Amino acid sequence: MPEVHPGTAHQFETAEQQRDADIIGMWTFLATEVMFFGGLIMCYTFARFTYPQAFQAASHRLYVIYGGPNTAILLCSSFTMALAVRAAQMGQRKSLVTCLALTVLFGLAFLTVKGFEYHTDFVEHLVPRWDFKWQGAEARHAELFFWLYFTLTGLHAVHVTIGIVVLATLAIMAWRGRLSSDLPIEISGLYWHFVDIVWVFLFPLLYLVGHR
Amino acid sequence: MTSPRTYISTFIALMALLAATVGAAYIDLGQLNLPIAMVISIAKTLLIVLFFMHVRHSSRVTWIFAAAGFFWLLILLCLAMADYATRPWTSVPPF
Repeated sequence: MPEVHPGTAHQFETAEQQRDADIIGMWTFLATEVMFFGGLIMCYTFARFTYPQAFQAASHRLYVIYGGPNTAILLCSSFTMALAVRAAQMGQRKSLVTCLALTVLFGLAFLTVKGFEYHTDFVEHLVPRWDFKWQGAEARHAELFFWLYFTLTGLHAVHVTIGIVVLATLAIMAWRGRLSSDLPIEISGLYWHFVDIVWVFLFPLLYLVGHR
Repeated sequence: MTSPRTYISTFIALMALLAATVGAAYIDLGQLNLPIAMVISIAKTLLIVLFFMHVRHSSRVTWIFAAAGFFWLLILLCLAMADYATRPWTSVPPF
């Protein structure tokens, strides 16, 4: 008879092996996410290479005062997320709930700033197809930049929203003492950090084209 | 388990790199602006992946799985741009 480990599915020999498999599973999903955003990054690279002046002019219509602080907010949220994982590993329930709640709040702050920014873009007639007015040269190529801007930041915002729902759920479960393992925190943390990494690239690619 | 000190140092380094990225964007470095911004982003990514995502202390298999997606992205960008970027050198009509 093989040794039975409590809490371990039958295909795994040890709990540690099961844990590794769970984490690798999340990394596999993240690899598909890299490919998902990668296609758009490829579009962006090609378009920027082909229309450098239009992309620089269009990028300068975005506000670093929105994008910069938002990057800082996401980096803060990654920091509190890392602390949440540590709290879960140490079995400190109160500090886990606090760190998760802070991460959720930073996520909401990010979306709020993004909302104000989208409103500014809308007021300045920078919404492609629907309401796009461009004074300078190469209006169509500038519009292409804004297609990419709204698609990339929009999909990123969807990812942030999903992360907020997942982390808020985990925070409530931890609050009620329903979490028997730190693994869900660790795995959701991987997702949250990944979403942060996406923004780390989107920020310079969209807001800082050429020099300002 | 990672110590809080590691997390704090990582966080401070990330914030410093963010300041560097914004600062560098306001200096006219010509063609160098983009490579500098990308190098800083890659450095931030490495910090997040190694310390916040614990890859530094993970198994070799996790390393391979974590690198796979980024490696694929590199293939996509390099091969596609090798085509588009060199078309002006030939008599093939560009795009």
